[in-house]
Amino acid sequence: MRYHLLAAALAASTAITLAAPAGAADLEVTHWWTSGGEAAAVAEFAKAFDATGNKWVDGAIAGGGSTARPVMVSRITGGSPMAATQFNTGRQAEELVEAGLMRDFTDLAAKEGWKDFIRPASLLEGCTVDGKVYCVPVNIHSWQWLWLSNKAFEDAGVPVPTNWDEFVAAGPALEKAGKIPLAIGGQSWQTTGTFNVLIPAIAGKDVFLKVYQDHDAEVAAGPEIAKVFKAADDARKLSAKSNVQDWNQATNMVITGQAGGQIMGDWAQGEFQVAGQVAGKDYTCLPGLGVNELISTGGDSFYFPKLDDADKTAAQEVLASTMLNPATQVAFNLKKGSVPVRGDVDVAAANDCMKKGLDILAKGNIIPDTNQLNTEDTNNQLNDLFVEFFKTPSMTPEEAQKRYAAIIASAD
Amino acid sequence: MSTSGTTARRPSQLFRNLNAKIASLPMILTALCVFLGGTVWTIVYSFTNSKLLPRLKFVGLDQYERLWSQSRWLTSIENLLVYGVLSLIFSFVIGFILAALLDQKIRFEGVFRTIFLYPFALSFVVTGLTWQWILNPDFGVQHIVRGLGWESFTFNPLYDQRIVIYGILIAGLWQGTGLIMCLMLAGLRGIDEDIWKAARVDGIPTWKTYLFIVIPMMRPVFITTLVIVASGIVRLYDLVVAQTSGGPGGASEVPAKYVYDYMFLAQNLGQGFAASTMMLLSVAIIVVPWAYLEFGGKKRG
Repeated sequence: MRYHLLAAALAASTAITLAAPAGAADLEVTHWWTSGGEAAAVAEFAKAFDATGNKWVDGAIAGGGSTARPVMVSRITGGSPMAATQFNTGRQAEELVEAGLMRDFTDLAAKEGWKDFIRPASLLEGCTVDGKVYCVPVNIHSWQWLWLSNKAFEDAGVPVPTNWDEFVAAGPALEKAGKIPLAIGGQSWQTTGTFNVLIPAIAGKDVFLKVYQDHDAEVAAGPEIAKVFKAADDARKLSAKSNVQDWNQATNMVITGQAGGQIMGDWAQGEFQVAGQVAGKDYTCLPGLGVNELISTGGDSFYFPKLDDADKTAAQEVLASTMLNPATQVAFNLKKGSVPVRGDVDVAAANDCMKKGLDILAKGNIIPDTNQLNTEDTNNQLNDLFVEFFKTPSMTPEEAQKRYAAIIASAD
Repeated sequence: MSTSGTTARRPSQLFRNLNAKIASLPMILTALCVFLGGTVWTIVYSFTNSKLLPRLKFVGLDQYERLWSQSRWLTSIENLLVYGVLSLIFSFVIGFILAALLDQKIRFEGVFRTIFLYPFALSFVVTGLTWQWILNPDFGVQHIVRGLGWESFTFNPLYDQRIVIYGILIAGLWQGTGLIMCLMLAGLRGIDEDIWKAARVDGIPTWKTYLFIVIPMMRPVFITTLVIVASGIVRLYDLVVAQTSGGPGGASEVPAKYVYDYMFLAQNLGQGFAASTMMLLSVAIIVVPWAYLEFGGKKRG
């Protein structure tokens, strides 16, 4: 009698699942967008996906990319993959694709003509392995920005700098006014990012490509990079008193006027927006540090692990398509502070700084992002080096440059 | 004993106590397959250049050469040595003194014991975070003492590269000394009353009684405590991550954190495996000779 009841209960539960509307699936999407501005942006994706009749199950992982990526990789290699996951555009998921754990969208890409509207072409190329498209780039983020607090410079009685050299010169005045000239968080990727931004600004685009694209150790040990290390030494002195951890805590110091400036990517704009600040009035942005107006075209891409469930697999295509449709692209990117991947959308609502970025992109003054050029191993070694350099005043730029050249020499 | 007697006895010895042997079979399999098997697998793969996923491409000692040329690894080892030695010394000394004090038939002994043991109930993450706040110059100890009038008082270990490991040591000792105290107390309670009476009759001062009579008698307790403290030291990871994230500038890095960061963040399994094999080697170097002295000698006697 009990056995029959159990069998009936099991049959009933299967019937209920079968009775669900076909095609409407719950997709778990993991990402590390947890700051105020980022959360507002990802909510746009969720809204757009929910409007298609499916459900976006949010899987935000706090702690930034370095905390989130190991979790994502473990789940995928461990056999309980999520339906979609964010990675930075580039080589982060290289081995997962090679191991055949990700599904491809070559048919969808051909049908919707992704290669026609995604610009620059390097974004989709980064997603293409052996002619198959494995990921969906959703935004273009660049690192090469110096964010300045107008209030901090006003309090210090100096005009807002227009380039890196003026910023360094204004350092003593800021310190006298009790401000921290350059805010940097303690996480190692931020110090590496600062250094990588100084390279094109001080040594130019060619040197940047020689070091990170060609992995030329001689250039890395040479005089142009020595100049960059000298600038990094200046940055180190200016940021000596900065003792926050997360990038958005450092941005907050700029927003509240406690710090003069921060070298951070354009995802910082989301924070300024959430704080209600206006570009040009409350804060100033200098692309390329005001020296060489170059921006990198990195950003985020969504990868979709292979799933067994047919409904979910079909819904993955809907999600990929939704992320790239014009309305969603505009809504998401305006809140995120990034540039849409579509060249054919109207971003009239973009603020001053975003417009500067779009200009530079249109002129073609772009460089690839280090995530597209280096493996995580190389990036991690650079992180170790630069976090030590920035926090150890006794480490000379020459010493650091020697270790830097060794890392570039062993990069693959 | 005749030879026929011994040959006849051998098979039956295998089947003696059969129930106990069958009951311990799962643990034996776990120990063999999981512990030993996992260890051997890790050591073998540390000689490959596995990146995100393991692969059998052998590169000899490359990973070890790279490991020992990294300044971060050398800092980690140094930190572990400093933390390990000081943690052992201080937790034993403080733990024993507290236990000796509690053993004096005081009132409210239960209350004191609970208070001292409470921190052990906290995870290392909570301990690390709490001590990060306590040692924070803007809100913690430094701020309070300055508020009381000593304007030039500085106590900022977590932002000073040379002494950050001592800041971590304070948090680690606070968390673990309670357990050591309880173990020592149990050991002290196991000392026969008559020993104390005899020592008093002989006129030996109390401190000498502790040092020369009681402590040698508590040898098994000391060894157990040593194993527990040592395993906690080698495993040091979550405390560092919660308290300083390895900072400032990588000054509070520890080997376990190096293993994790290179296995998962840098997507370089080979490097992580090499580092964890080195950790195993360092533990083995200490444990194997000791085990030989402890157990090997007795069998011969």
